[in-house]
Amino acid sequence: MRDNSRQLEVRVWRGDPSGGRHIDYRVPELDNQTVLDVVTWIQRNSDPSLSYRFACRVGMCGSCAMTVNGVPRWTCRTHVRKVAQDSALTVEPLRNLPVIKDLACDMSGFFDKWDRAMGRFHATANRYDAIAAISPDSDRRREADAGIECINCAVCYAACDVVALRTDYLGPAALNRAWTLVNDARDGAQSARLRTVASDAGCHSCHSHQSCSTWCPNELNPTASIAGLKRTSSIAALTGKLSRNAG
Amino acid sequence: MLYLAQRISAMILAPLVLVHLVLIVYAIQGGLDAAEILTRTRGSVIWGTFYGLFVVAVSVHAAIGLRTIGQEWLRLKGGVLDALALSAGLGLLVLGTRAVYAVVAA
Repeated sequence: MRDNSRQLEVRVWRGDPSGGRHIDYRVPELDNQTVLDVVTWIQRNSDPSLSYRFACRVGMCGSCAMTVNGVPRWTCRTHVRKVAQDSALTVEPLRNLPVIKDLACDMSGFFDKWDRAMGRFHATANRYDAIAAISPDSDRRREADAGIECINCAVCYAACDVVALRTDYLGPAALNRAWTLVNDARDGAQSARLRTVASDAGCHSCHSHQSCSTWCPNELNPTASIAGLKRTSSIAALTGKLSRNAG
Repeated sequence: MLYLAQRISAMILAPLVLVHLVLIVYAIQGGLDAAEILTRTRGSVIWGTFYGLFVVAVSVHAAIGLRTIGQEWLRLKGGVLDALALSAGLGLLVLGTRAVYAVVAA
């Protein structure tokens, strides 16, 4: 039920790559209201020049992540009541990504790292081959399933201190994706992928702070995926399966 | 691979550090006297091997750890970063080996 007497004090970061500052807005507080609703209200009612990104509004597309009261979150599924402190909100762009304008970040570096981590599926069969029989109960499939629901929102990437310290670090999302493919029995680029993720900017740079797992909105555990990559690539190195001749 | 070297050197160091700590407490029971300690260490193949391995593991482990710190906090890269790690590792190796030699062989 709408109660116009209650107001949220919302501080929004406004700016571009050259710099910016926080601007305060007052937004009507509602009983049920997400942070994305608040940002949308500001754009529609206070300042139409406010830039931000969203698409599905139901937690599937991964485009609306922002920093809310210092924490990276998907704003479409984050209720104001859960995060507001004394009816106050601070909304800023995601950390570790270059700002385009206001709350919209440039995600290209983030997706480039998916590519660098060999996050693409390398098929070993075509449509004329028999369908691979993979038991959903097999250990490898369970490992893949545990990480497969990533929506590429970059919350983990923004939460990661190693990404903040090393711009070349592949990051939790790309490594989590690589781990799902390492466990895909149909994929044909296993040694090449392990070589890539075991490189200097790969899984072994992770300090296991677990910020990625703490803030992942889908409750995935990228730290566990990275630990799996460390284990698998170490065993591969010790058994000579990480060399270029290993295929 | 640096990661493996870091983990293997840590696995070697863990028991060595524990024995070293116990040994410190044991060795000073009769007072901290250089002559007394040297009588136990001089010519001892066991302590020479123990602390020789200790020095090698520390040199590898510390050098790789410092390399990571240099990379993340000082933003060093390439040759400068490797030179820092290598000089730290070699420095520890030389100083440590000299110390082991002094109490075991000299």
